[in-house]
Amino acid sequence: MGTTGTPTNITQGSRTKGGIGESTLRPDGTLKVTGEFAYSSDMWHEDMLWGQILRSTVAHAEIVSIDTSEALAQPGVYAVMTYDDLPTDVRNYGLEIQDTPVLAHGKVRHHGEPVAIVAADHPETARRAAAKIKVEYRELPVITDEASATASDAILVHENRDDHHIGHVPHPNIVHRQPIVRGDVEEAARKADFIVRGEYTFGMQDQAFLGPESGLAVPSEDGGVELYIATQWLHSDLRQIAPVLGLPEDKVRMTLSGVGGAFGGREDLSMQIHACLLALRTGKPVKIVYNRFESFFGHVHRHPAKLFYEHGATKDGRLTHMKARIVLDGGAYASASPAVVGNASSLGVGPYVVENVDIEAIALYTNNPPCGAMRGFGAVQACFAYEAQMDKLADQVGMDRVEFRQLNAMEQGSLLPTGQRVDSPAPVAELLRRVKAMPLPPEQQWLSAGEDADVRQLPGGLSNTTHGEGVVRGIGYAVGIKNVGFSEGFDDYSTARVRMEVVGGVPVATVHTAMAEVGQGGVTVHAQIARTELGVAQVTIQPADTRVGSAGSTSASRQTYVTGGAVRNSCELVREKVLELGRRKFGTYHPAWATAELLLEGGKVVTDGGEVLADLADVLEGEAVEIEAEWRHRPTEAFDLRTGQGNGHVQYSFAAHRAVVEVDTELGLVKVIELACAQDVGKALNPLSVIGQIQGGTTQGLGIAVMEEIIVDPKTAKVRNPSFTDYLIPTILDTPTIPVDVLELADDHAPYGLRGVGEAPTLSSTPAVLAAIRNATGLELDRTPVRPEHLTGTA
Amino acid sequence: MRVNFTVNGRRQEADDVWEGESLLYVLRERLGLPGSKNACEQGECGSCTVRLDGVPVCSCLVAAGQVEGREVVTVEGLADFAEQRAEHGGCATGACDTPEGNGISLDEAKGWAAKGHDSQTGEGTQLAPIQQAFIDAGAVQCGFCTPGLLIAADEMLEHTPNPTDADIREALSGNLCRCTGYEKIMDAVRLAAARQSEAV
Repeated sequence: MGTTGTPTNITQGSRTKGGIGESTLRPDGTLKVTGEFAYSSDMWHEDMLWGQILRSTVAHAEIVSIDTSEALAQPGVYAVMTYDDLPTDVRNYGLEIQDTPVLAHGKVRHHGEPVAIVAADHPETARRAAAKIKVEYRELPVITDEASATASDAILVHENRDDHHIGHVPHPNIVHRQPIVRGDVEEAARKADFIVRGEYTFGMQDQAFLGPESGLAVPSEDGGVELYIATQWLHSDLRQIAPVLGLPEDKVRMTLSGVGGAFGGREDLSMQIHACLLALRTGKPVKIVYNRFESFFGHVHRHPAKLFYEHGATKDGRLTHMKARIVLDGGAYASASPAVVGNASSLGVGPYVVENVDIEAIALYTNNPPCGAMRGFGAVQACFAYEAQMDKLADQVGMDRVEFRQLNAMEQGSLLPTGQRVDSPAPVAELLRRVKAMPLPPEQQWLSAGEDADVRQLPGGLSNTTHGEGVVRGIGYAVGIKNVGFSEGFDDYSTARVRMEVVGGVPVATVHTAMAEVGQGGVTVHAQIARTELGVAQVTIQPADTRVGSAGSTSASRQTYVTGGAVRNSCELVREKVLELGRRKFGTYHPAWATAELLLEGGKVVTDGGEVLADLADVLEGEAVEIEAEWRHRPTEAFDLRTGQGNGHVQYSFAAHRAVVEVDTELGLVKVIELACAQDVGKALNPLSVIGQIQGGTTQGLGIAVMEEIIVDPKTAKVRNPSFTDYLIPTILDTPTIPVDVLELADDHAPYGLRGVGEAPTLSSTPAVLAAIRNATGLELDRTPVRPEHLTGTA
Repeated sequence: MRVNFTVNGRRQEADDVWEGESLLYVLRERLGLPGSKNACEQGECGSCTVRLDGVPVCSCLVAAGQVEGREVVTVEGLADFAEQRAEHGGCATGACDTPEGNGISLDEAKGWAAKGHDSQTGEGTQLAPIQQAFIDAGAVQCGFCTPGLLIAADEMLEHTPNPTDADIREALSGNLCRCTGYEKIMDAVRLAAARQSEAV
């Protein structure tokens, strides 16, 4: 069952209060509950201006002319800038492929693309001025799907591509293609007793973080700029911003402001360059804050996908082979599409052992909204499809759906279809067992409750649409696999600066990283690690900025692993220096200084036997010990472009869900009663935060199962629902109880044995809910989200 | 135009207010009270929730001119508000039952001044019970929804001190949270209710 593993309570200094493994409280909690925590939209500066972006009203068009004269003439307007006003020849940016114009150049490729920017002394003045900019468009046909993208006469979304994928894609409107080929699928298919095929559709999901894109750029006296910003990766932003401004990187000084959620939507730049351009142009501080409407256009979304799957199994329930074709719509610009393709393909089999595999994943260039990173990153779409397939196949074989999965589940030592061996615990079958073993919520509460029946607990809720008539229950299971960290050979390092000194007679540790705290609780964990490693009570977390080396991105479930690892590593180096200092000062007083294993605990140097050798205050006295060091996890390799073979991933994260739903079959209304989750986290550095991540991820999966979808008009490629009125995310009424069972099986390759947590629960939540709705209704349901019309047959 | 109103027990005067400005904008950009958040500015997310004469409202949907002469409580004043309520038998604004309904006196309001505390972590800050419960239960992640949820939850506990889970969900259904999945928020409100009933 793959449950072997070592206990994870094995770290030095774990007796220090507030160290790892405890549910210490957030250091920013008080500021956040009192309203004093400064988010990027709260920034304010004397004499500041407000920036506004003018966005294209059409999806695909040549720009015939732009007339800014009337806007510039408005009282209170300080600057209007278009492509022609950009200061250098670097006029594009992008995470991997620099294909995104800072401001549109002769052409717009999607609805809502930035065309011009305005700075004015009041946000409403800036909005009105932007509205007075006259842009004449000559509309072009829109490319919206695979057929229109790869037609022989298709207009190229990007002409003259010279990126490193163009050599291996079958059409210039395909960003990247990754096949994964292993074994002999045709031969294996002949041995299959059952074959199931399915075609699945995954809708476009929005991150819908609550804090809108925003920031403040302040010009500095040396000709540079200070940028206070909400992002997921300061140094990645910096690399993209500085060349466009024509400034060396050390003249663009970035500080992380409060970040109101991210979920992948802040990996790409939004208003960063625009604010800096306006600040440098006007010589005044410029603040930009998107409203919600603009936010829907201001960041990339989760790739919508078409997925074609075929699986085979023998009579005794063993998977023989699988074939898949995954078509991701990347929209107008590349963003993270190539890496999403890598994930969707390499994790397209799911957490199962299949020896014969033939997968192809592609991402398209279209005129739809650009898509990129969102929690789960390619693995989410695949999980929706392969889990639907598992249910179908189990039914064909005549096995219990959970047992069928357990029979085919991967475990430690299994091979991925990329040929990579899973060399840490992979408790897939055990997670399914645990989630199935949880008690079920009582059935038909409306009957047992009698007079006290509460419509709020029924489908339709306070709309009072049923008292139980037409309501049926369903239960569904799903499990998924997510990679942790950046894959495919990326140099995925982090940097931590740790300082130890005596302040007011007390030893204090200071941790400085550039890690973007986006709500996940990295700052809590860094303090815990410092306490554990340095044996101090008091830890100061410095604000994240670019005065320290890169921490990499707050994404891919990687920050606790990688920046946590960097903090631990720097703490260890500091500890060595402190002990060295102690040996020099006090070494002659006690032989243990030379012979024993020494730890820092409770503000003292102690032997591993617990004997106190010295107070840290005496060891350090007036000295400060400071280390800044980079830290890396094990390197990975690129996937072979033909076969997809290669040790591409660092680590995996597994979660399983059981969904219980009640469906009003007459009205097509779904009430999710409970969404239970079991997840292996390796080691819960902060159990409270871990559970919070699992519940939050689960709920985002619920959203794309039953309500969330950005609707793009297929005729015009225009977004039809850019607001929280029309794009619905789960409220507290839509969200069920989420019992969580946390398993801790150490990954011996990772710091403290931990496993990245944030994304895995977003994978299996969606297919579990879909399976439960299918179970309740008997409907096939091959798309997500499910809407009422899909359940009532009126779609 | 000029708008005169009371915020967190202090008389405030906002000058040069445009007719189209919302209460939220005036609080955030003119009065230096950015605690009320601007997540959707169309009344869907509840992150800008404040008490207006005791009633929870989305301050983004209230025109600034509408608050002339009225009383507003924001998250910045919630701790003092809760303390006043505890001292005055359940009503801090005066908007609950008192026949005059004129709010509190200036002298009393002077007692609401911000207390000295650690500026980085906020340690030592006096908190309302619901604020403490949100921290203790892990109900805060990114924190952007938190101010609005605190105002809404505090108001619910004022009139429903022993809420059922369904009551909590209904009362907070106008407040979106994208991080937590709401479970820890439920825990926080249950915790605040339990502590409140223990204290009585």
